[in-house]
Amino acid sequence: MERVMVVLPHPDDETFGCGGTIAKFAKEGAQILYMCGTLGEMGRNMGKPFFATRETLPDVRARELEEACAVLGIQEIQKMGLRDKTVEFEDAHELANRIRQEMIRFKPQLLITHYPKYGVHPDHDALGYAAILAVKMLPKDERPLIYAHAITHNRMQTLGKPDVEIEIADVLETKVAAIRAHRSQSEAMMKRWSENTEPDEAWKKRMDQMMKKEVFWLYDADRLPETLW
Amino acid sequence: MGPIQRVLADEKLQSFVGQEVYLHLETTNGAYAGNNPSGGMAVCAYIRNVKVKFSRASITGLGPYRAGMKMDGGWIYAEGLTDWEETPDGKLLFAGYDNEGRLAVSLEISKTPFRV
Ligand SMILES: [Zn+2]
Repeated sequence: MERVMVVLPHPDDETFGCGGTIAKFAKEGAQILYMCGTLGEMGRNMGKPFFATRETLPDVRARELEEACAVLGIQEIQKMGLRDKTVEFEDAHELANRIRQEMIRFKPQLLITHYPKYGVHPDHDALGYAAILAVKMLPKDERPLIYAHAITHNRMQTLGKPDVEIEIADVLETKVAAIRAHRSQSEAMMKRWSENTEPDEAWKKRMDQMMKKEVFWLYDADRLPETLW
Repeated sequence: MGPIQRVLADEKLQSFVGQEVYLHLETTNGAYAGNNPSGGMAVCAYIRNVKVKFSRASITGLGPYRAGMKMDGGWIYAEGLTDWEETPDGKLLFAGYDNEGRLAVSLEISKTPFRV
């Protein structure tokens, strides 16, 4: 892959769910464009101990985003200027049109986005939907392949085995550095992880998986439903 | 109040778009939430009878539902809505009740002021 486009709503989505994959593509010399929907303005995590306020959080997260993207090797970030928790209330076709314009310019061979309805956070579902709608609006021979990132607990049961499994051992240090760059969001979690006294087995298992491999489902844009909800 | 019928509720909501309306928005976990050994905090916020005007509005999700209204330079948002009612005087009431029947969130819109 020479040109990879990433469309996700929150600073840190690119790191937690697909940082290893992005780092791998970057290492192989790919051009990577990241359209980041919001600045995660409504986030609850503010560091541990907290160092941000509701009013400083967007600037804090914008800086963290830039640092993490530099670590991962993302060359171009486009902040879409949407607001956290509101993406699903915007006009999906308008959003898709903006994304499509960028696709026409950037000509990605691969799109990485959230799997609509499997994103857990409504912003994930809504921006994933808009990004795939943008692909659907392109002529078939200009469409990028779609790696859809699914998060819900039922994802394996309903979607089956992932189509793409990426082992990330060789770029783990890069992913961890990007996670640490998102300090306001990751500090509490990384403390918990490194202290090694975690009683919650399910949480530990999820963390171990996140540090081992990243998985995606291929999404056929023609199968996108008429509306999200 | 009864379970939210999303499509119908979304339709009713549209009649409040584009004009000045009164809003009640509230979230609470109960005054006793702070009084438990696991160290919970009682948290509540509400705003009542504030005049707002929004240009887009929708009810989303698979239930519990969410509501979002886009204003000139701002947003109104509520999550966790389970039940709704249209009152005889035209107020649109949404609320989220937990398993014990306790109110956790409430979003209400009216063309006339709410009583205080
Ligand atoms: Zn996110």
